[in-house]
Amino acid sequence: MTEPLALYIHWPFCLSKCPYCDFNSHVRERIDHARFAAALRTELAFEAARIGPRPLGSIFFGGGTPSLMEPQLVADLIADATRLFAPVADIEITLEANPTSVEIGKLTAFRAAGVNRLSLGVQSLDAAALQSLGRQHDVAEARRALELARAIFPRLSFDLIYARPDQTLSAWRAELTQALALAADHLSLYQLTIEPGTPFEARHRRGEILLPADDLAVRLYEATAEEAAKFGLQRYEISNYAKPGAESRHNLAYWRYADYLGIGAGAHQRLVLDAARFAESRHRAPEPWAALVEQHGHGTAHREKIEPADAAREMLLMGLRLNEGIDAARFAQRTGVPLDDALDQTMLRAAIEEGYLERDATHLRATAQGQIRLDALLGAVVK
Amino acid sequence: MTSIPIERIRNFAIIAHIDHGKSTLADRLIPSPGALTAREMTSQVLDNMELEKERGITIKAQTVRLLYPAKDGLTYQLNLMDTPGHVDFAYEVSRSLAACEGSLLVVDASQGVEAQTLANVYQAIDANHEIVPVLNKIDLPAAEPERVKQQIEDVIGLDASDAVMISAKTGLNIEGVLEALVTRLPPPKGELNAPLKALLVDSWYDAYLGVVILVRIKDGKLKKGMKIRMMSLGSTHFVDQVGVFSPKMTVVDELLPGEIGYITAAIKTVADCNVGDTITEDRNPAAEALPGFKPSIPVVWCGLYPVDADDFEKLRESLGKLRLNDASFHYEAETSAALGFGYRCGFLGLLHLEIIQERLSREFDLDLIATAPSVVYRIHRNNGDVEELHNPSDMPDPSQIDHMEEPWIKATIMVPDDYLGAVLTLCNDRRGRQMDLTYVGNRAMAVYALPLNEVVFDFYDRLKSVSRGYASFDYVMDRYEESDLVRISILVNGDPVDALSFVAHKSAAEARGRSICMKLKDLIPKQLFKIAIQAAIGGRVIARETIGALSKDVTAKCYGGDISRKRKLLDKQKEGKKRMRQFGKVEIPQSAFLAALKMDN
Repeated sequence: MTEPLALYIHWPFCLSKCPYCDFNSHVRERIDHARFAAALRTELAFEAARIGPRPLGSIFFGGGTPSLMEPQLVADLIADATRLFAPVADIEITLEANPTSVEIGKLTAFRAAGVNRLSLGVQSLDAAALQSLGRQHDVAEARRALELARAIFPRLSFDLIYARPDQTLSAWRAELTQALALAADHLSLYQLTIEPGTPFEARHRRGEILLPADDLAVRLYEATAEEAAKFGLQRYEISNYAKPGAESRHNLAYWRYADYLGIGAGAHQRLVLDAARFAESRHRAPEPWAALVEQHGHGTAHREKIEPADAAREMLLMGLRLNEGIDAARFAQRTGVPLDDALDQTMLRAAIEEGYLERDATHLRATAQGQIRLDALLGAVVK
Repeated sequence: MTSIPIERIRNFAIIAHIDHGKSTLADRLIPSPGALTAREMTSQVLDNMELEKERGITIKAQTVRLLYPAKDGLTYQLNLMDTPGHVDFAYEVSRSLAACEGSLLVVDASQGVEAQTLANVYQAIDANHEIVPVLNKIDLPAAEPERVKQQIEDVIGLDASDAVMISAKTGLNIEGVLEALVTRLPPPKGELNAPLKALLVDSWYDAYLGVVILVRIKDGKLKKGMKIRMMSLGSTHFVDQVGVFSPKMTVVDELLPGEIGYITAAIKTVADCNVGDTITEDRNPAAEALPGFKPSIPVVWCGLYPVDADDFEKLRESLGKLRLNDASFHYEAETSAALGFGYRCGFLGLLHLEIIQERLSREFDLDLIATAPSVVYRIHRNNGDVEELHNPSDMPDPSQIDHMEEPWIKATIMVPDDYLGAVLTLCNDRRGRQMDLTYVGNRAMAVYALPLNEVVFDFYDRLKSVSRGYASFDYVMDRYEESDLVRISILVNGDPVDALSFVAHKSAAEARGRSICMKLKDLIPKQLFKIAIQAAIGGRVIARETIGALSKDVTAKCYGGDISRKRKLLDKQKEGKKRMRQFGKVEIPQSAFLAALKMDN
């Protein structure tokens, strides 16, 4: 049976650029909505024709700020996707939104368009933190948005950023407890990362931003799982927490190294076509991307064939992020490489002995201790 | 070139401390008879290796012939022999001096006698040289010619009242130097009709001519086409070319007794031309060789490894090429678990080691790791066998060793009074035994017997630091002495790192073991697994440090758009591991070894 496809749709515009963010987002005074709507629908239709009918497990509107899209476009894209592919009965359709009043006003319309899961970019429940993160909303707006979203959408997630400069363990526990009280079935809790090329990086380099030392970051991470568990949310991926069964199906597709389609400026996709795997990405700049689509039907700018050895590395680096780990049989089937051939056996044994990895009859998984060191762990065990 | 009778030949060397003006004086002596055109007159013509110029030291012996019309109306042939200035080349120096009858002792009139000057001047005295003191830089405001003259008399025991006062820089009284050479130095002695006897002073490899041999004719004559024989090796060669340096290579018909010049004889490698050997005529050989020949023996050894394992072949070729030009350095292949494939190389001393290392990196563009220098120990096994130990990791189990010996040196240190206490403390800490301590003005001269082992450790750097750079140091190899020596192994998670093992005196073992463990702790980044670093003598651990496992290393966000980038980062991480050495589950960056091997702080 063909595994369901995951569909990602990128809306590349934001009202303003957050100083920590390195996503492909652009600020424009005016946006030609009609043009981008047409281009997105064209590219989706082009890809659907190219890869043929497949089951569709999820749609994810990401960005940028996709809640800035017109609800009609969201509705059209969902209708197109579910017509072009074969949606599974409980298809998950997520849209990312910011808790500003403008966007919140459109929530009912997004729900009507078919979105059944909302992901809110709350980032913090601390006024000063929201300001230093460059967010456009305040704490009251965030709370209002959460209440409203809970009422409108069957499923709701929101993001918080922690391990911020000067954040203490007790302050984070308090903030997180408030957040958990507002949470529904899912949370994404990220430690602040200084990304290259962002204003935060420049300030970090100048010593104006000091991240918590590793030991504190570890305690913050462990406290996060503890507090979340009190509210019934279990960590299932390094930065994601959910009630059982409420995991993000779309994101699971990435971590499980399933096929995914990416539509829109800068979107990535990985697909097995005619027994070969290709990684493709679209032109990152919105207008040139739209021009490409208008000319060729798609805005693909990069295309790379992924050989089995590379696929094996990719599946390892994604799969070990998940608590469920990697199914060895599925690994061999997805990558063409037996799991053991992709691993340095000496280091594997050492990592198991140290309690960083666990192996049973079917799965290889990273323990909590392994996950928090995953980058180093991968460097050691991946061949 | 017209022939000059032997009575009008003067062969001389110049003895001087670095920076006291030897090269400047040599440059002054050369143009006065108009030997070089302006274009050829690059500064310091005699030091012609790039490295020699940069460091202000002479590695290869050089020579130049000048014709000087003296005040007595006659023209003299002056042969200047530029000698290697450093103790590492003491034997080469002694052969260069043996080719001359006299020396100019050049002393900076503002600085006075330095340790290096002393060692060389004693060698010149041993070679029965007539020595002419020359005070240089007398134009400087800080010059104290009377004090320095007194110092020369007090320290060296030479009469300096007739010292020639010059400024090589301005050219002041160069004439006085030339006249002193003519009037104060004896002419060479030699028998024209005796069988050929020529001293092989030095040799080097020339890309066009093959090996060029510098010779001093003692008896007989040397001509093109002659079949010569190296008396120590018994090998024979036909002479292609005979010439002199003026300072350009100039072909002559023959070299006569007392003369210094070069020959070429289609010789492929300098290893066939031992410094100090006697060259004779194959058909009519001399009955006995000139005295004093010694094959060169390396006293300091270290491992040289390419940083990039792929460069091993290049290292092999480069060492071969260097050896063409420097027979005094030795190399043999060796394998290290920590560093891979490389060579164990033997050198005449630490400077020689540094020069070879620098030439490898500069001329051959090689990125190298050098293990800690080790001296040559003598091991007396229980069964009576005696063997030499060049590599600490080859040391047999202590139960098989009856006793060991280590080389000692006689070191001369000159230092201003203010720093004497610190210098003496340093020498005592390094197991030194004071042999002599004298004061000359406000400077002290300390003579110490020191184990060479303690000197190769980081003695130079410590000496420089405790004397703020004012101490000068020189040494000669002295003898072997029985010693209580142990091998210290460095273990990473229980695995010995062969490249880091070293031999030390028992009294220093623990401190040194601890210091290297602490150093490694700072140098090795935290990793996935905790790392135990131990120093051990046999099975006994004498020092231990632990590097804890890194506590966090994870990417917070990783979704569909991040996979390619993450995979490429992982590939880069793997690429970086080529520069790592694996010890069980621990990977140590080569840079950590490199830094640990640099023993200076």
